[in-house]
Order: sequence, then structure tokens, then C-alpha cells
Amino acid sequence: MSARIGAEAVAAKGWPGAHKWLLLRRLSQISIFALFLAGPLAGYWIVKGNLAYSLTLDTLHLADPYVLLQSLLAGHKPERAALIGGLTVLAFYFLAGGRVYCSWVCPVNLVTDAAAWLREKLGIRGGASISRKTRYWMLVLTLALAAATGTLAWELVNPVSMLHRGIIFGIGAAWVMVLAVFLFDLFVSHRGWCGHLCPMGAFYSAVGYFSPLRVSAARRAQCNDCMDCFAVCPEPQVIRPALKGEQQGIGPVILPGACTNCGRCIDVCSKDVFSFAPRFAHRVPEKTRDIGTPGLSRSSHS
Amino acid sequence: MTTESRQAASAARRQFLADTAKTVCSVALLGAALGFHAKKARAVPATAIRPPGARAEKDFLGACIRCGMCVRDCPYDTLKLALPEEDVAAGTPYFEARKVPCEMCEDIPCVKACPTGALNKELTDINQARMGLAVLADQETCLNFQGLRCDVCYRICPLIGEAITLEPQHNARTGKHTLFIPVVHSEHCTGCGKCEKACVLEQAAIKVLPIALAKGELGRHYRLGWKEKERAGEALVKDIIDLPDRLPEAKP
Ligand code: SF4
Ligand code: SF4
Ligand code: SF4
Repeated sequence: MSARIGAEAVAAKGWPGAHKWLLLRRLSQISIFALFLAGPLAGYWIVKGNLAYSLTLDTLHLADPYVLLQSLLAGHKPERAALIGGLTVLAFYFLAGGRVYCSWVCPVNLVTDAAAWLREKLGIRGGASISRKTRYWMLVLTLALAAATGTLAWELVNPVSMLHRGIIFGIGAAWVMVLAVFLFDLFVSHRGWCGHLCPMGAFYSAVGYFSPLRVSAARRAQCNDCMDCFAVCPEPQVIRPALKGEQQGIGPVILPGACTNCGRCIDVCSKDVFSFAPRFAHRVPEKTRDIGTPGLSRSSHS
Repeated sequence: MTTESRQAASAARRQFLADTAKTVCSVALLGAALGFHAKKARAVPATAIRPPGARAEKDFLGACIRCGMCVRDCPYDTLKLALPEEDVAAGTPYFEARKVPCEMCEDIPCVKACPTGALNKELTDINQARMGLAVLADQETCLNFQGLRCDVCYRICPLIGEAITLEPQHNARTGKHTLFIPVVHSEHCTGCGKCEKACVLEQAAIKVLPIALAKGELGRHYRLGWKEKERAGEALVKDIIDLPDRLPEAKP
């Protein structure tokens, strides 16, 4: 591993080149806040509401399908405006990659990225071992609670909606939840919240299970094993098959829904191994496919 | 499969089951805690009034997605979203009558803005809203009960003379004046809270409460004789022998 993660990439591509997707992501997150805040702060009502439901220019309905699903299970059928909004958002994340929500939109990402950055800076290692599958159980739990209590039980504590609503409508004590997530990620578990626990991330993983837009280790032959991509990736377990699986006949596209399409691996690679690619680019070149164990080939997914 | 690899496989399976059990148990524990919290969160404090058209509390908590559209479209900044530290379910809209009451907009913009139907669009006439019910909670401080002509709650009421009426009563203290007692009529009161806001006392003597708290209910078997008689058009028990009242015998 290089002395500092991404140092090679900065040397090879320059600082902006090695932070392109990161900067775009921050721009996206900040612009979303700016749009939502332009109304309450400056009186420009372009967007009204919050991420649960918003109305843009009095025409575009957008709603969070996860909260609507909870509502449905709680026994309420949302009205048209919310349903149209929910389906629009669902279609968008299906196409763009489910967890594009996480890396490009969710306000908590700024918090957990900051925690991961500081953790790296302070050299904090180790911590609680939590299964990455916990979040799927959390998803099941939150949906089951909605059905069992007939209310949106998870929304009483959901740090994601609390933070976004808080910034737009007044934060109150919600910052305590946000601080808790930050400290948890900093001291207790690396990428603890988004990578292991958040049911919303799990929901959007599922939405993006078959998403056409993916990251691909297309030029994986050039990999020099610097391991920087593993170090920056919030979900490093998704990289290995695509990057190192050529011998087993595994294609180069990162298929798992857990990948957030954040593009940090693209930035941080000095050899330009990664790029955004359509899902169907998951073909294995003929010559390697012959060597591959048929059972391991995942090219049928494309 | 060799014995060794079979052993390894079964060890791995056991490990997997143990890990899964650990995860599921922790998540379930969290779920239990959250379930109890959700149950408690159903109780709204008496001072928190839901917007017009809000469904019954339990349904409302399953329907409202906490988007704040109602808050945004309320022209009087009556509504606000509950903060997590408040006693109202986090993120749901409410108002406090004593602070900012509902102005009963004729076009009901808050209901129109609601994308989910948590505020029921069947409410098209604001006079039919039942956000709560005003109760003259304290007769000991209400000025009209002292024989003064404050009348502020009566005069401010958007449904003047209907939701609150002034009922004349004999003033026993002076022996010669009249008390004008404010009486709230639940068939007209919308619970907008303007009376509570306007009450001139340090603490309002008239308060808007959730209907379930404010309203009494007769036992189902209860029948009021005079109403039954009115409905039947005649006495239900006929031919009651009306014995002559025994009067004290007149002294000669
Ligand atoms: S995992 Fe949850 S908190 Fe993290 S970015 Fe995704 S939705 Fe936001
Ligand atoms: S009726 Fe008007 S004043 Fe009352 S809560 Fe709705 S928008 Fe606000
Ligand atoms: S507009 Fe409807 S869903 Fe949104 S906060 Fe108000 S009541 Fe809830």
C-alpha cells in the first residue's frame, strides 16, 4: 500500500483528476441542500418539502419509496402525488444504481465519509466486528415494525430522515443522532453505519440489484496491486471478484447492489483500471473464459 | 468429499449459523425497544393539535411521511414539524393553540398540500374540521364566570354564536345580576384554538383539547326520557296513573 492512499493517483493524474468523482459527488450533495434551502432561507421556492416527499416547481413529485413502503405496510395507501413520486424515484435509482442514493444524495454520507476520513487520519484500527448482512436484517426489522405497530416506527429514530428534515425544518436535538453515527463510525466500527447497519442503504441496494449502470474494473490487467481502491471503497468486499477474478472467469463489472457507484475507486487508481460501464459489459474475454471454472462464472448475470 | 473437507464444511456452517443468530438476536432486541418506543409515541400531549383533516392518531402515524408540505403551505405559520426531543412523534406536524392557532383558511391549503392523504382530502369545508374541542377548563378564573363581561372567546370565535354561546344565568353573588356563561357546542367547534389564544388570562381558562380527552360519552343503554318521548311523539309508558300531589293540609 502506498504511504498515503491515493498519492500515486495524485502523482499520475493531478489532484483534480484524482478527486473528480468525489468533487462531483460533493457538488451533488451540496446542490441538493441548496435547492431545498433556497425556499426557507431565501424565499426561492424551487423545491418544497424534504427527501420524504418534495414538489419541484409545482410539477415534479419525488418521494422516498422506502418510507412509502413502510407506510403501505403500516396499512395506509398513500395518495397519487406520493405514489407518482415514489415510482419516479424508484425508476431513477433502478437505472442509475440503487445506492447512488447513498453516495450522491443522502446527507448522512457527508457525516460517515468525514468519520472514515478522520479515522484514517488518526490511524484508528479495529473495533466491533459487525456483519455486513446486519443491515438486511435491519431492513426486515423496520418493515416488520411498520406492519406490527401500524406506524412508521423506524422514522421515529431514522438518522437519515432526521438529518435532512432537521437541516431544512430545524434540527432540534436530531444532531445527537448524527453525532452518534459519526462517533460510531469513528471509534466503534469502520464504515459501521452505512456499511453494516443502515436499513435505507440496504433498501437501495435491493433497488439497484439489477441496475444497468455499474463500475467496472475494465482495465484490470493494468492493476499494480497498490490496494488503494480497497482502502477508499466503503464496500471493499465488492471489488475483489471483479478486479481479481479474471482467472476464475469472473467478468470485470462490479455487480453487487452494495456498491454505491461513488466512483472513488476510479479516482484513486493511478492505473485507470476502473470506469463506469453498463452492466452488460460483464463479459469475460474468450481466452480467459476457457480457463475459468464454469461454476464460478457469473457472466450469466449480465 | 473427504472427511476433512466435510468437517470443515460443517464447522463453517456452524459458524455461519452462530453469526446469523447473533445478528438476528441483536436486531430483534433493537426492534423490541423501538416497538415499545413507537407505542409510547402514539400518545400526543394534550396541547399538541393536529392539522385540519388529520386522520385518527394511530392511522395518522402510519400515513404521514413527515415531508412538511402542510407546514410549508400554511400561510400563518401555524403548523410545525415535531422535533425529536418533543413529546409528539418526531417529524409529524402539529400546532399549539396558545402560541399560533389555526386561522381556518377557506381553501385549506395544508390539506391540499398533503401528498399522502394523512390529511384527509374529504375535508373540503373547513367548518367541518375537528382538530380538537374547546373546553372551558377553569370556571374559577374565567372572567365571565365572575360576572364580568369579558366575552373575548365568544367574540373571537370564527363560528361566533354557534361554537360558543353565552348562556345567561343568575348571579348568586350579587343576587341581582346575570352571568353570561360561555358554553362550547361540539357540533360546531372545529378546535381551531382561536379562543384559547385570545383568552385574556395569564393562563387560558378555555383550552382546546384532543376530542377524545374533551368529550364525555353516555352509556350505550342510556335513554333520556324526554328525548324518547319526543322521538315517539308520545309518552312511551302510557296510562300512568297520576296520583294527586299530597299538599300540606291547610290550617283552618
Ligand atoms: S447507507 Fe444509509 S446513511 Fe449511509 S448513505 Fe446510504 S442511506 Fe445514507
Ligand atoms: S387551515 Fe390554514 S391556518 Fe389552519 S393549519 Fe391549515 S393552512 Fe394553517
Ligand atoms: S403534508 Fe401530509 S404527509 Fe406531509 S407532513 Fe403534513 S400531514 Fe404529513
